[in-house]
Amino acid sequence: CVGPIRTASLLSQREHLSLTPEMATQEVQPNETLSNLKAESDTLKTKLEDERAKLHDVELHQVAEKVDGLGQFIMKTRRTLKGHGNKVLCMDWCKDKRRIVSSSQDGKVIVWDAFTTNKEHAVTMPCTWVMACAYAPSGCAVACGGLDNKCSVYPLSLDKNENLAAKKKSVAMHTNYLSACSFTNSDMQILTSSGDGTCALWDVESGQLLQSFHGHAADVLCLDLAPSETGNTFISGGCDKKANVWDMRSGQCIQSFETHESDINSVRYYPSGDAFASGSDDATCRLYDLRADREVAIYSKESIIFGASSVDFSLSGRLLFGGYNDYTINVWDVLKGTRVSILFGHENRVSALRVSPDGTAFCSGSWDHTLRVWA
Amino acid sequence: MAQTNNYGQSSNGVADESPNMLVYRKMEDVIARMQDEKNGIPIRTVKSFLSKIPSVFSGSDIVQWMIRNLNIEDQVEALHLGTLMAAHGYFFPISDHVLTLKDDGTFYRFQTPYFWPSNCWEPENTDYAVYLCKRTMQNKARLELADYEAESLARLQRAFARKWEFIFMQAEAQAKVDKKRDKIERKILDSQERAFWDVHRPVPGCVNTTEADIKKSSRMKQPHKTRKSVYGLQNDIRSHSPTHTPAPEVKEPTEEELQDQVNMSKLRKEDLVSYTEQYAEFDPFFTSPDPSNPWISDDTTVWELEASKEPGQQRVKRWGFGINEVLKDPVGREQFLKFLESEFSSENLRFWLAVQEVKKRPIREVPTRVQEIWLEFLAPGAPSAINVDSKSYDKTTQNVKDPGRYAFEDAQEHIYKLMKSDSYSRFIRSNAYQELLQAKKKVNCDIISMGLISLVPSH
Repeated sequence: CVGPIRTASLLSQREHLSLTPEMATQEVQPNETLSNLKAESDTLKTKLEDERAKLHDVELHQVAEKVDGLGQFIMKTRRTLKGHGNKVLCMDWCKDKRRIVSSSQDGKVIVWDAFTTNKEHAVTMPCTWVMACAYAPSGCAVACGGLDNKCSVYPLSLDKNENLAAKKKSVAMHTNYLSACSFTNSDMQILTSSGDGTCALWDVESGQLLQSFHGHAADVLCLDLAPSETGNTFISGGCDKKANVWDMRSGQCIQSFETHESDINSVRYYPSGDAFASGSDDATCRLYDLRADREVAIYSKESIIFGASSVDFSLSGRLLFGGYNDYTINVWDVLKGTRVSILFGHENRVSALRVSPDGTAFCSGSWDHTLRVWA
Repeated sequence: MAQTNNYGQSSNGVADESPNMLVYRKMEDVIARMQDEKNGIPIRTVKSFLSKIPSVFSGSDIVQWMIRNLNIEDQVEALHLGTLMAAHGYFFPISDHVLTLKDDGTFYRFQTPYFWPSNCWEPENTDYAVYLCKRTMQNKARLELADYEAESLARLQRAFARKWEFIFMQAEAQAKVDKKRDKIERKILDSQERAFWDVHRPVPGCVNTTEADIKKSSRMKQPHKTRKSVYGLQNDIRSHSPTHTPAPEVKEPTEEELQDQVNMSKLRKEDLVSYTEQYAEFDPFFTSPDPSNPWISDDTTVWELEASKEPGQQRVKRWGFGINEVLKDPVGREQFLKFLESEFSSENLRFWLAVQEVKKRPIREVPTRVQEIWLEFLAPGAPSAINVDSKSYDKTTQNVKDPGRYAFEDAQEHIYKLMKSDSYSRFIRSNAYQELLQAKKKVNCDIISMGLISLVPSH
């Protein structure tokens, strides 16, 4: 990625490390081991943090001290959607604020009216592990894919008897599993991420690749498009522990963040588009500010040791909902950094979590075969 | 305040840990602390009828320990985490196949590290068959097969009909070795072995914690590390070879740059705080929607109102927060356009909207649309001529020759800035907007068939 990046070099045993450009240009000696270099890098990072602290950098929760604390929230399961025969892997809301599409390990993609809990459409994919699904902005189509390495679009017919599978359109082709997909603000383009380490933008009608995004060193697990009307960016997270910000027009990675200690399973923009949150297998969620270009908060607890699989913000950005592999949902006060609530209910891993378009509820999907709508 | 996770460090800088291993290590750290002689859970031998129950502790002991030592606030959370650790097989109830934690006098025992999930066990059905077969050779009543185990055994007998003699012999050999063991030792080992199988062949209806996320499984499959055979050949357990990771990179700012970063960082955090404060009234988790949240009340009025062309006061107020709020709300766009048309200055917005639209079309349609936009807004003599700076104009002229979705990007950006600083602020100050903002609440005629009743808002 673009930026003033220099390789950490191994120095002789000097106690005090001064931050000079000279240090950076020394050559790495061939007999230096990787662990030595890592230790060196860690020392430098600590030094940088110390320097920052001296210059009175404040934590987000300190700036937020003046803000009122949050009281008790009553959040309950308001709807339970049963019908999948195996682990629910992904879900997405329709813009109409009540319909949902979900996909499962059993190869089924179901469209629900979550408000009534009725199933409106069901499609059986030719592969198992449908890891990604998305609702088109018009509400007239859904996209999905997984182990088949593809992303396919199904137009939703009003005729319940019509065989949806017959109208299927293959759009994206990757060389490894499809981990996530999302329509841009149009039914005509889809953004995908894959186990092959790339993201790609596709023209739905022709299946043409419009832009590809290379830069992750391992599987890309998640993506999110910027909410801005004017923005042309999106973020992705991967097994290389990196969260990258991409320019859709040029295909360039314009920012990169690497503070997580394991896979990043989920990334989501803060509603203003100026920041984003991530959920990782290192059991933490983190908040990154795009203009300050750094991590600004970590959401973690000693008792939370299982990975966060999916995160999303409430409409104002004050709450961060995280679905975890320990079957729970933790609700975080984004500003103060504290956990507001822990929600029990699912009987296996929470694998997907999205807040509804108007913020009135959020939906969680789980390996226990169900989806729950909470408010 | 958010706490830094104590378990964050990867053990060696050599090979990356798979996500599962990371969690196992954390659970094992907790187990190590639980087993600590001074500060851990007291393990004792309990006398029962004619025999002794060796090496146990109660469920309550575990819960209490967790609350005291793991910063856990309540019993519910402790039970949940404890049940997860039991489900992964780190400790188990000695008298139950179902691996949960109960906050009472139920006895639990620690699992031996040999059987820990971090050893990457993938026991095969032949092993399970040997195990169940062996169990039938034991005389103790309490070691009788449960129903589901008997069913499994029957199924395995059918599946391995041809191998059964071999399996039987293995089981016999195992049983012989077991008989020679010390009674107490045997009790402990038997229970640990059973707990191992409770993890890998759970009671029907229980979660199988060995199920893996297929996306991560390629990294979990370390063939030289996986243990497949519980009773047969000993696998050669080699430590994994170091993988090459590129040298870690670190940014090195100057003192000045660092101060700039710190200042920016403070400002940005204040921005985050003020954004959430501004939008709190629109966040249904903080301000209940009017009249109610459909998911809670089962009443969809709030959605019906939003779908109607009449924008509510709150919605109109939001348009005042910034031009993006107007642009992303279809009703906002409509009102903005209407206002600009009344001033005969709508070409900027219409251009911006047209360019947005082009980016949403299939790629096939793009060249035609680009031409249309060029002719309407930018070409010499264009009917809705817009004003862009010469640099953008020149660039756009070039782009249009080889039209792509981003042909008007520079022009659009210029127009956006113009609208933001000029048209938008006029719109917000306009009578049209102010009237919408102060709108007298009209009762929806569809709902009440009586005449209009105006309510003056208490502003």
